Amino acid sequence: MRPVFVNVGERTNVTGSAKFRKLIEDGDYLAALSVARQQVESGAQIIDVNMDAGLLDSKAAMVTYLNLIAAEPDIARVPVMIDSSKWEVIEAGLRCVQGKAIVNSISMKEGEAKFIEQAKACQRYGAAVVVMAFDEVGQADTAKRKIEICTRAYRLLVDQVGFPAEDIIFDPNIFAVATGIDEHNNYAVDFIEATAAIKATLPHARVSGGVSNVSFSFRGNEPVRRAIHSVFLYHAIAAGMDMGIVNAGELPVYDDIPEELREAVEDVIQNRPQRDAVLTNTERLVELAPQYKGGKSEAKGPDLTWREGTVGARITHALVHGVTDFIEADAEEARAQAARPLHVIEGPLMDGMNVVGDLFGSGKMFLPQVVKSARVMKQAVAYLLPFMEAEKEGKPRQAAGKILMATVKGDVHDIGKNIVGVVLQCNNYEVIDLGVMVPADRILDEAKAHNVDMVGLSGLITPSLDEMAYVAGEMERRGFSIPLLIGGATTSKTHTAVKIEPKYKGGQTTYVLDASRAVGVVSGLLSPTERDRLQAETKAEYVKVREAFARGQDKRARSTLDEARDNAFTPDWTTYDPPKPTFTGTKTFEAYDLADLARHIDWSPFFASWELIGRYPQILDDDVVGEAAKDLFKDAQVMLQRIIGEQWFEARGVVGFWPANSDGDDIVLYTDETRTTELARLHTLRQQMAKNTKQADGGRANVALADFIAPVGTRPDWVGGFAVTAGHGEAEIAKAFKDAGDDYSAIMAAALADRLAEAFAEALHRRVRTEFWGYAPDEPWNVDAMIAEQYRGIRPAPGYPAQPDHTEKGVLFELLDAEAATGLVLTESYAMYPTAAVSGLYFSHPESHYFGVGRIEHDQVADYARRKGWDVATAERWLGPILNYEAG
Amino acid sequence: MTRQERIAALKAAAKERVLILDGSWGVMIQRRELDEADYRGERFAALPGQLKGNNDILCLTRPDIISGLHDAYYAAGADISETNTFSATSIGQGEYATQAAVWDINFEGAKLARASADAWTAKEPDKPRFVAGSLGPLPVMLSMSSDVNDPGARKVTFDQVYQAYAEQVRALHEGGVDLFLIETITDTLNCKAAIKAILDLEEQGYEPLPIWISGTITDRSGRTLSGQTVEAFWYSVRHAKPFAIGLNCALGADLMEPYIAELSRIADTLVSAYPNAGLPNAMGQYDETPDETGHMLHDWAERGIVNILGGCCGTTPEHIRHVADAVRELKPRVPAERAVAMRLAGLEPFELA
Repeated sequence: MRPVFVNVGERTNVTGSAKFRKLIEDGDYLAALSVARQQVESGAQIIDVNMDAGLLDSKAAMVTYLNLIAAEPDIARVPVMIDSSKWEVIEAGLRCVQGKAIVNSISMKEGEAKFIEQAKACQRYGAAVVVMAFDEVGQADTAKRKIEICTRAYRLLVDQVGFPAEDIIFDPNIFAVATGIDEHNNYAVDFIEATAAIKATLPHARVSGGVSNVSFSFRGNEPVRRAIHSVFLYHAIAAGMDMGIVNAGELPVYDDIPEELREAVEDVIQNRPQRDAVLTNTERLVELAPQYKGGKSEAKGPDLTWREGTVGARITHALVHGVTDFIEADAEEARAQAARPLHVIEGPLMDGMNVVGDLFGSGKMFLPQVVKSARVMKQAVAYLLPFMEAEKEGKPRQAAGKILMATVKGDVHDIGKNIVGVVLQCNNYEVIDLGVMVPADRILDEAKAHNVDMVGLSGLITPSLDEMAYVAGEMERRGFSIPLLIGGATTSKTHTAVKIEPKYKGGQTTYVLDASRAVGVVSGLLSPTERDRLQAETKAEYVKVREAFARGQDKRARSTLDEARDNAFTPDWTTYDPPKPTFTGTKTFEAYDLADLARHIDWSPFFASWELIGRYPQILDDDVVGEAAKDLFKDAQVMLQRIIGEQWFEARGVVGFWPANSDGDDIVLYTDETRTTELARLHTLRQQMAKNTKQADGGRANVALADFIAPVGTRPDWVGGFAVTAGHGEAEIAKAFKDAGDDYSAIMAAALADRLAEAFAEALHRRVRTEFWGYAPDEPWNVDAMIAEQYRGIRPAPGYPAQPDHTEKGVLFELLDAEAATGLVLTESYAMYPTAAVSGLYFSHPESHYFGVGRIEHDQVADYARRKGWDVATAERWLGPILNYEAG
Repeated sequence: MTRQERIAALKAAAKERVLILDGSWGVMIQRRELDEADYRGERFAALPGQLKGNNDILCLTRPDIISGLHDAYYAAGADISETNTFSATSIGQGEYATQAAVWDINFEGAKLARASADAWTAKEPDKPRFVAGSLGPLPVMLSMSSDVNDPGARKVTFDQVYQAYAEQVRALHEGGVDLFLIETITDTLNCKAAIKAILDLEEQGYEPLPIWISGTITDRSGRTLSGQTVEAFWYSVRHAKPFAIGLNCALGADLMEPYIAELSRIADTLVSAYPNAGLPNAMGQYDETPDETGHMLHDWAERGIVNILGGCCGTTPEHIRHVADAVRELKPRVPAERAVAMRLAGLEPFELA
């Protein structure tokens, strides 16, 4: 079995990190927290917290820091190692952690009685302990002493205290080798031998140690130190070392260490016989070491030459490349040079963001990179904030403008809005984000209260279009005059010009195609010199759009509903026997395997959600966006692994099948195979575009979904339905990232949840075809064919082109009892929440296919209203986006 | 029987069958429609402020009602009844300015339950009855900030919480309880203070009593209010070597099920569950009928995932009777056997196997 080695994060240790010590000494706990966060994000499974510095009130610092960590779920998810040489500090720490922590450390240096007393206390607080190989005589150096002391401590703990053996971790002392003192030559061997003995003779006990001690004599030569650590761990882990305080990210892979260096290090670590006639092993390594200082080993790390520039150049580099590693140090350096902390933001940071803005504007940077820049910016600002607050005369920084953003009532989708928000913030706009499902009056109340310069509305589903028009009308009624921005997947320039702009005469309404246009539009509308020209242009353009729309209205020839029905799609039901599903009723899936879903992901739309257009995988090698796409894809893969490994999301779904027959344009579902009692009725809409050639004469049919189901009185047929989500947990994760200033990861999490939900729909559809409905049991598994929809049967969703009426989702949800089965809920506009969700119907007919209903005429609207039990006005409201006429 | 004999009998019974805990106290007291005077009695007649709603004080002012409820639950088939001391700490009683009565509430509350249990045991020696000393949550939390603008702020210290529970457990011990039940745990750190208060009794000359720990998963997130998963919660309290670990309150049986199943899988001790009678309706009342509760909990027992069943908010002696009848013939769960491993916890579990 591969030995498991646990990395204990060491950066929140004042004795190990000068930077962390300075933050704590300065009382900058906010920045100190982000150190812990970074450690957990970069994979630390436990974080070591140590506040033992001469000038610190260690106890108070421990309590403050642990209490702050408790409020940060992304840090507090891992256990804490409470590290102090002072018992009172340890005990104070134990009183702050709700989880089960590790105490580091206790020992017998003050005798058995004290040791037992402290072990007992640890047990009653519920903690594991690190026991140092230290007794009344001193720290153990030889293997013999280490084993002796650890064995004695083990027996006392297990036999006398009743301490659980599995909660004991020994630290048999790692001391420096290659010091030039002969007695030290065997120290690494002593540790390794002691480790093996402890693991062999003291059941369930663990071994840990502070690794960096071993290379102490090579201070200043990091590549050689890292090589020593790597070789040391190679042997210590093989001997059974379970955990260590070490910066794992910096360790070279054992095999990657240049052989000459590795062999010299091996000689020292293993204390092998001297192989040189003159030089000792230590002397050989000392002689070799300078060659590797900043040599080949380092070339393997990232290129850090940019660190040699001025602080301003470094900040710009960090912003452009999205590197957070040094931003706090750089911000600190800039702050030391600036008269006021605010000047750092207004100076070097804004200079860097301007470069980002220029590169973005000229198409040399792409959205994911810009969002990463924002993360760096936020981190720098977060670092500077406490200094600005400390400054008594400090005034808030002057934003370029204040923009209120909201996803409208009934809609829950906000990925795009969040991206726009980040981009605007990058450009020094203050963004007030009201979130999702925000009613008009609240949007306008908040706009007044915050005295904003502009309002931005977002929405993804079609009913949101009406709501936006309503908000515009309300702005007019309440006498607003500030600009209104419209954006989101379902919005369009035409809709904005035709339906929204005319409702709001007091101010300019502008459609924003995507996030990359947002800054241009916003800065233009707020610029005293540009504003009037831009507004006039937009107004003129929208007049043209409206005229074109009106002309188009006349040109779009429609058939009457009767004509369209005469030209329905009519498969031959006399020769075709519809397949019967393996069950009727519903089947629920809980905690569906996310790893399986990941295999089904169609990545192209993922790139599109970041405004990188192209097909996957070709997009990765694209001349223009390839690099951005590659980086984005890499980050996505890393997060996807965490999503799967740490179960961030829960995927839940439900599938159902029911006996069904079509009845005109409706599909009737029956309670059972006797087909006598109607269970429910699905309503479908029929294409009404005028056809020159009828289907009978080789032309195309006017299709409705009902055409794919055998009519009443012909043959038994069935229809299926499903609802799936991969979004349980997504909102919390995204919020945690957002709260931590990491919008990039927040948006990434949301985008991946969406992909997983789509993949879930694909995966289940495949199982429906091969297993549950089973009409294509031998369908081969091929993700590309799947994405290209090269299979039999369709899964159209209400609210999409084949059935544009969102309210049919209500019928589907009732049939599936989808809320109970999946935890999905429908908003008043029939948006699904959590948003990472897909629902739809299943049709099995070999000739069933996707189509768009297109625009429909008043006759069908009236007919549909009658079938749905609505009045015509209600039908016109829900079908608004597809009406081929101006509704009264 | 001596207390140690009773504890041995309790452990023996747990091996034989699914044990039954009592149901809600709140809803039963509510039904009596008591007025301020009932709560005050003579002892607190002159105390300023309102006492109505301070159910624990009824141990002193209306002992007849409390004894009657113990009897009702034992009669319904409960093996174990809890003392009416859910909020009887100096911190909990501080809200009514009755801190000074904390010792008496716990001591007298334990005696009332003891007397009722002993009477039932005398009447039915084959089915001895037991008393669990109830330690409820506090209105203050050690893991959660008390100030939105300062995430590090806390209203109380660990020591204050520890002292509050220490007073309560001494009084319950002296009043004669058979075991301690730390229940409706919303913050694991508060619970750990209670555990330490109980474990520390040893040095004060008190005989050790079993500890039973029951946490609360607040919603479908599967987390405690202080943010831990069920597994992390278990690893955080396992050092108490509890007689039983379980969940109660917040959820009805249907929503609690996955978390009980999880505990059953990981806990190498008895597992208990006492859910609410469903979720409250719009009027704040619980609609789940006794046979519905009985049916669902019977299912758990049949699947072998529980050792102790009872009821929380909204349940009545009728509910407990249905549960007791439904599981009478069933075998109790066999505690999980798990490989020895270091198991730590933050908000999430960590295992070094």
